[in-house]
Amino acid sequence: MTTSELTLPQTRKRSRRVMGAGKQLHAGPVTYLVLAVFALISLAPLVWTAIAASRTDRRLAETPPPLWFGGNLFKNMQTAWDEAGLGTAMLNSVIVAGAITISTVLFSTLAGFAFAKLQFRFSGFLLLLTIGTMMIPPQLAVVPLYLWMADLGWSNQLQTVILPTLVTAFGTFFMRQYLVQALPSELIEAARVDGASSLRVVWHVVFPAARPAMAVLGLLTFVFAWNDFLWPIIALNQQNPTVQVALNSLGTGYVPDQAVIMAGALLGTLPLLIAFILFGKQIVGGIMQGAIKG
Amino acid sequence: MTSPKQALAHPASSAEAAPGSQPGAARGAHGGGTPPKGPSPWRSKLYRWDMKASPYVFIAPFFVIFGAFSLVPLLYTAWYSLHDVQLSSLDTQTWAGLDNYQNLLSSDFFWNALKNTFTIGVISTVPQLMAAIGLAHLLNYRLRGSTMWRVVMLTPYATSVAAATLVFTLLYSWDGGMVNWLLDFVGIDPINWRESDWGSQFAVSSIVIWRWTGYNALIYLAAMQAIPADLYESAAIDGANRWQQFIHVTVPQLRPTILFTVVISTIGATQLFGEPLLFGGVSGSKGGSEHQYQTLGLYMYDQGWIIGNLGKASAIAWSMFLILLIIAAINLLVTRRLRKSQ
Repeated sequence: MTTSELTLPQTRKRSRRVMGAGKQLHAGPVTYLVLAVFALISLAPLVWTAIAASRTDRRLAETPPPLWFGGNLFKNMQTAWDEAGLGTAMLNSVIVAGAITISTVLFSTLAGFAFAKLQFRFSGFLLLLTIGTMMIPPQLAVVPLYLWMADLGWSNQLQTVILPTLVTAFGTFFMRQYLVQALPSELIEAARVDGASSLRVVWHVVFPAARPAMAVLGLLTFVFAWNDFLWPIIALNQQNPTVQVALNSLGTGYVPDQAVIMAGALLGTLPLLIAFILFGKQIVGGIMQGAIKG
Repeated sequence: MTSPKQALAHPASSAEAAPGSQPGAARGAHGGGTPPKGPSPWRSKLYRWDMKASPYVFIAPFFVIFGAFSLVPLLYTAWYSLHDVQLSSLDTQTWAGLDNYQNLLSSDFFWNALKNTFTIGVISTVPQLMAAIGLAHLLNYRLRGSTMWRVVMLTPYATSVAAATLVFTLLYSWDGGMVNWLLDFVGIDPINWRESDWGSQFAVSSIVIWRWTGYNALIYLAAMQAIPADLYESAAIDGANRWQQFIHVTVPQLRPTILFTVVISTIGATQLFGEPLLFGGVSGSKGGSEHQYQTLGLYMYDQGWIIGNLGKASAIAWSMFLILLIIAAINLLVTRRLRKSQ
């Protein structure tokens, strides 16, 4: 299963013997068959995107649709890259998602630590408030944000997209759940007794203890920020798009070439797919841990 | 017991501290001790201030940023929803009272969008969660390459709305589309996925289902692994087969998680935006030529940024919020009922 580094502590105490009750049952051939069907459904659209991207537009309109690769992949990618301005878009997405990830991880760890381990007035209420805000749909903020950013002269600039997402309630809660168990209170006490200031405690005790969870939160945040759609499409125009905005203009624009559109879709997803191949295990672990609520 | 400085600094837990020990070598000790540094009054004042203020400093960035960019805008949106705000003249905002809301309630498109949001929400959420629970059950068996299976099931989650929808749009295209070609094999006439009412809604839902089933399966899997084994053992002793164990042990134990995913998926369904926007192509913000799949999220975008009536868009946003609150209230009632009946 997951490595010990990634096994976040659970909020409920349970022994290893109890864990994974169903695991004692071996999977039979039927299980593998059904799983294979699910896997096929998961992967087929992506594989077919690559097939379609390697063909010509005319070939895609024919029946039957192509089931194997053609020779136009790089030509189509080149066209999509130029037509949708994917170079700028990729760079923008890297900047936006990178900034959001760094700031979310940092601030979530600080706030999560305070909620997990420090005593202060109203902490219970404030934590509840944090969790409650996850219910607020992003649609409720976009009109004022749009007006303010226009006022500041920030329309179509990247900070418009970055600023509102610098922190997330999910991240704060996620780090809190992790640190409640992963960070022994005695460690903090000991540092305190040594006269360490809060900043020293954070630097020398909290960050090292939180590192595995910070990595997972970082990956989840990056995926989320890279794929975010609603606010970027309102805040940015096609001159300065993120990848998602560029893909939207490719799909809704008047580029009639479907093979080129597929090549664009493939390019826009490629960075995340690579990250997924490299860190898929960690992302899976992170989602499973985030699911367990205290 | 402890020095006054320590007691003041952290009265609640000073007894647990082992004075003088290094971080990492801490033991829960109850012995007395001497303060580590000489008692300098300004130092201890600073220290106490640090102890008191630091929690607030640590949570401040979250609350400042979240407040400024989410909570305050929420109130402003309510304010704008009572005003006439046009995209073409942002500086003139005149009081409109409840005009925007009245306008909405008398608009066929609003009710159409509400109905579509509900229909697409149901036909995407119900099958998605049912498939996820079954998938989680399978993933919970002892499997060869269990991590590999999980990663594969989660791959759609890493695909963006934009990329996924572009691909599905092509798969569902009228002629030459993969889906109609496959239907032809089993002798079903081609379906016009973009134009027909239920066909387009089904197509949009299928994109949602594809992207989120694996994600929900992992959430269920995590909860399944927390179910104590003795529940299954005693069920087995009582003669329950695997299917009966699933229905009578697994599902009831998962109830809180199921409620959690229902709430999360409902919130997601209420906000559905990217999939129908891109599925529609050029007429995206209208939700198709006949508004067949215009959701509330799309309707808001269309009214606000295509037509340019930001006051009305604000009213739509608040309507969405109110609907969510009603759903949350119903959810709470149902949960209470379920708890009482147990």
